[in-house]
Amino acid sequence: MNSVENAAITLLGPQRRPALDKVVGALGLTGPFATITAGWLERESAEDRELAAHLGEEAVNLTLWARMQDVLEGDPEFAAAYRRRHEVIAEMQDLYLLCVGHTVAAIDEIKAQSERNPHVRELALRDAEAVLRQLDRRHLERLREVHAAFYAEMRPHEREPIAAHREAVAELLGQAEAVVMPGGHVSELLDALHLFNVVPAGLGQRPIIAWSAGAMALTEKVVLFNDNASRGPRCPEVYDGGLGLLHDIVVFPSAHQRLRMADAERMAAMVRRFAPARCVPLDPGTRVAVAADGSLAPYSPVIGANGEMTTAGEFVG
Amino acid sequence: MSSLAKAKALAINRLRARKPLDESMIDRFLERHEVPIVEGVKCTFLFRGDADEVWVRHRIVGQPQQVPMRRVSGTSLWFVVIELPAGSRVEYQLELRRGEHYEQGNDPLNPHVANSPVGSSSVCQATGYVVPDWITPEEDVRPGEIIDLAVASAALRRETTCRVYLPARFRTTHSYPLLIVHDGDDYLNYAAMKTVLDNLIHRMDMAETVVAFINPGDRNREYANSVQHARFVKAELLPRLESELPLIAKPSGRALMGASFGGVAALSTAYRHPDVFGSLILQSGSFVFTDIGNDHGGGEVFDPVVRFMNRYRAEPRRVADQLFISCGIYEPLIVPNRSMIPVFEGTGMRVQYVEARDGHSWEDWRDRLRDALSWVFPGPQKYYYE
Repeated sequence: MNSVENAAITLLGPQRRPALDKVVGALGLTGPFATITAGWLERESAEDRELAAHLGEEAVNLTLWARMQDVLEGDPEFAAAYRRRHEVIAEMQDLYLLCVGHTVAAIDEIKAQSERNPHVRELALRDAEAVLRQLDRRHLERLREVHAAFYAEMRPHEREPIAAHREAVAELLGQAEAVVMPGGHVSELLDALHLFNVVPAGLGQRPIIAWSAGAMALTEKVVLFNDNASRGPRCPEVYDGGLGLLHDIVVFPSAHQRLRMADAERMAAMVRRFAPARCVPLDPGTRVAVAADGSLAPYSPVIGANGEMTTAGEFVG
Repeated sequence: MSSLAKAKALAINRLRARKPLDESMIDRFLERHEVPIVEGVKCTFLFRGDADEVWVRHRIVGQPQQVPMRRVSGTSLWFVVIELPAGSRVEYQLELRRGEHYEQGNDPLNPHVANSPVGSSSVCQATGYVVPDWITPEEDVRPGEIIDLAVASAALRRETTCRVYLPARFRTTHSYPLLIVHDGDDYLNYAAMKTVLDNLIHRMDMAETVVAFINPGDRNREYANSVQHARFVKAELLPRLESELPLIAKPSGRALMGASFGGVAALSTAYRHPDVFGSLILQSGSFVFTDIGNDHGGGEVFDPVVRFMNRYRAEPRRVADQLFISCGIYEPLIVPNRSMIPVFEGTGMRVQYVEARDGHSWEDWRDRLRDALSWVFPGPQKYYYE
């Protein structure tokens, strides 16, 4: 049986009209809770009162963003290396996006070749889509290499401020019955989660309720997307690996607001691109239960192979 | 007149239809209406007073620029109706003749004034023009800080005054892109640029950016392709800023910006130092050139500009990675600006070109700031999922 009541991880839609208290009640959780609001940056703990209120005041904020600032300010060598890594990643992202942009343009151009033999055109289209998937895969691999090199060089566990913060975070996590992780700036959130080793500290061993960037951070592959960006529709881009607590899922918070969901052909192409992972839209009001074995509740919304909304139970990959 | 026709008639015509028409009715008419009166695409310009002739002098290139007004019979009120396409913003003044005496000035019935490098003008905001909502201070926006910086310049042989904008939550552990803005105080005073920066950064439309607002001494000399100015920016100002502030010290993190002659200054500085600045924002650049001879009609002050532009057009080259260019379609510079787009693109630079139904003024340049700044240094919107 897979339901909200026994879910290991519960993913929610954006909480502009919060339903967190009801979810907590349905899960039978009473606290204490650990909250991770590093995605809110400097508002991390200044504005978490409403969040705590939904959790019955039994909440302790892990203040990962503030801890990260403490590390960066107190350890100039680490801060310089951290900045350099970000610069390298930004360049990698730019160049990867250049390749993705040209490949997507090629796909669009192939699709527009209306007088071509349909079979030949389809083959060319599949080849171009394979190139896109290869770009995504290689980008993610290279990012992992950059992160590994950074951690190997900097040896954070041997640096006093980081080791002390990790220990404190692990202790707080150990006292928590469950963890609540809202959204915000996904890159800063990921940095803080990785730096303070929250998975080895036991994050995955207790129920997690997450939404928006918080939900993205739990997956294996964080995909940025915004068809309504002020600079025009942008192609979804693989940004980084997440914590990997959710397998074969790519989540899309506020999907109906940020994606052109009515364009089924575009959505179908996106589903093919990220397969075998399923594309899970997390719109306002959505609640997705993920069991300990990683299975999605059958009623969970997913984008089908035809680009239209369906459920995990109905999904045919 | 039927009631339907009356409803459709312009306000000025409804007034003229009243018999008898006296000055007290005109008093009430002017109290009830903002001037110019905008009714769809028809804009009624008014003048009240003693004159033998009155004209609206606007600055729409390609149109007769002196439009005569008519007197409402037996009264002190003058009027003319001009059609302006939706979204237009037009600068104008009124010219009067009293006997042999001519005078020109802003419209006394219209409080709305725009500033430009050549003075102020009255402004008519036609139907559909909307003042952007990101140009006024917003309560929940944390403001950045402006600090004064004096830079002694050997190249310019003077002390320069520069204002440096540090975004809210500025921290030394972060690296920021740098934007250097020509005519800095004018951008701050007439284009609300500090407020715009605060708002766009808050909305994540643009990246947190350090902005250096620089000011000219002898503008016509320093901004007209001056080697001394380029040396000041590249060899004096930039090293100072990069040594004192946490900046992304590479071309992709550096941009130059300017309007009118300031656009020429930005372009010519990048031309002299093509590997330094990754982006340029050029608003209504004074890119005057000639295809034959040297007769450009811009006066002596444009001579060095025309020489520079003609040389550039003869041998165009890449001066930055990307250019944002904007121009108002009602200003005379629209022709040279449009002409430069294929020239710039031909060098391999990425060009984003924006036109507006507007003129050569700080309000036009202000209204294009979001397009420009979010394109050159895009904000972190794509990282936020709340």
